Amino acid sequence: MSLLEVENVTKRFGSLLAVDSVSMSVDSGELRAVIGPNGAGKTTFFNLISGFVRPDAGRIVLDGHDVTGLSPARRVWRGLARTFQITEVFPRLTVGENLQIPVEVAAGFRLRIGLSGAERLKVRERADELLEWSGLARNVGRAVGELSHGDQRTVEIMMALALNPRLLLLDEPTAGMGERETYEIAQLIRRLHREKGLAIVLIEHDMRLVLRMADRVMVLDRGAVLANGAPAEIVANEMVQAAYLGKAIA
Amino acid sequence: MKPERSWKLAADALVWLLLLTMPFWIGAVGGYIQLGTLVVVMALAATALNFLIGFTGIMSFGHAAFFGLGGYGAGLTIKYLVPNTLLGMAVGVVTAIVAAAIIGKLIVHLRGIYFAMVTIAFGQIFYFIAFRWNNVTGGDDGLSNWHRMPIHLGFINIDILDSAVTFYYFVLFFFALSLAAMAWALRSPFGRTLLAIRENERRARYLGIPVDNHIWLSWLISCTFAGLAGTLYVLLNNFADPHQLHWEQSGEFVIMAVLGGMRSFWGPLVGATIFIVLQNYVSSMTENWMSFIGLFFVVIVLFFPDGVLGILRKA
Repeated sequence: MSLLEVENVTKRFGSLLAVDSVSMSVDSGELRAVIGPNGAGKTTFFNLISGFVRPDAGRIVLDGHDVTGLSPARRVWRGLARTFQITEVFPRLTVGENLQIPVEVAAGFRLRIGLSGAERLKVRERADELLEWSGLARNVGRAVGELSHGDQRTVEIMMALALNPRLLLLDEPTAGMGERETYEIAQLIRRLHREKGLAIVLIEHDMRLVLRMADRVMVLDRGAVLANGAPAEIVANEMVQAAYLGKAIA
Repeated sequence: MKPERSWKLAADALVWLLLLTMPFWIGAVGGYIQLGTLVVVMALAATALNFLIGFTGIMSFGHAAFFGLGGYGAGLTIKYLVPNTLLGMAVGVVTAIVAAAIIGKLIVHLRGIYFAMVTIAFGQIFYFIAFRWNNVTGGDDGLSNWHRMPIHLGFINIDILDSAVTFYYFVLFFFALSLAAMAWALRSPFGRTLLAIRENERRARYLGIPVDNHIWLSWLISCTFAGLAGTLYVLLNNFADPHQLHWEQSGEFVIMAVLGGMRSFWGPLVGATIFIVLQNYVSSMTENWMSFIGLFFVVIVLFFPDGVLGILRKA
């Protein structure tokens, strides 16, 4: 059974049909890319999956449970985590605090007004583990807002990972980054996929990155699915070439 | 120990030392004990409000409602039901909690200016009830002809009625308990979820924090201590006044918190001290004392957004 099953979701904003009866099925451990020209409805599609907006029609099933009507927080409890096109972190708090909060929430401590010594140790060990794994440890005491764009994005991704998700949605994780930062974020995503076995759905503009990393690629155009398949098939697809890839690949 | 941490401890120790010795030095600086008591009561209300605005990032202009409900709850109980100070306080605080719980549920999905406006509206409802319901609340004249009662705890009698100094320590006791409770809550995982909401609500939501529920809890904690401050306020005056429910009073709490520094735990205490002292001394010189407060407030907000304590911290 697939981990995420999106069935014919539709979303209108006034007269604009942003997402038009789109279906998608993501397996456990799969890395799926969603591509398409600007305004194709990619981010709206993500917002529908993560509960940021509700669909006008269609169903979203996460791990066997219908989550269509659930709040974002409840979807997170069911194993979904996401990042945003514009990095959403706590810029005035330190790197350590940015990770401590999701670790505590994931441990079920969000309503606790005190922790035992053992619980505190557990939180610190988990946060340290994430800091070491991501290479953020050297910045632990710095405010996230002072870090480079790439490091802030790494913090955001690690905050999502701290929730122990089964499905991670990444909305243009390399947007606005230079060569080096793009490479580092790509490495991080690859490690999340391979070492942590996470299912990842990725919106991305960098085609080289998508074709190299993704197991399958879905192409959206004007709110509808244009193509869906392995990277090689997508490159070969004439409709996709016409609508989107154009000269970029040729 | 990190130097920053030892500075904080030294500051905490200094604040408590000043508060504990207040009756011994207030006369020397030209004050009097009731004024010091008033500062502590207002500081409790402002700190309670700041739990919401400074540490959760939600602005309320209606906290006078709970300050006043606490006050009228205590006053009415002592006047009409049982002449017992602690029981009156308990009724006052519970009244504030119940009202805050219900109102909170209705408004907690609102944000920013909408939330603030609705808190004003709810506050004004209670103000008009107190103002109009003459035969119970005393209306415009306030609730008078009653006074706080000495406390008999079986093994000990505490005469808070005739001794202003004893009453000051009685108030300081509740102030200390309340501030310890709020400081404790802010340093806990729950407190960190509130900081998360203040810093970035969208991120907080996608960390799996049910944001509206947590804001409701923060609102409830904040209103509870505002209600407690309200009971102490009427006990201090032996009088409940409809003005303490008015939105102007809510605005004064906001001014105290912002003036002292919303990001600092002690900020509202500093702000309340400045406000009450200016109110007391400047108003004896000119009727337009509010314009001095206003000018001071504008300067602070424009040039020192972290308040008076923010200036000290930078220095």
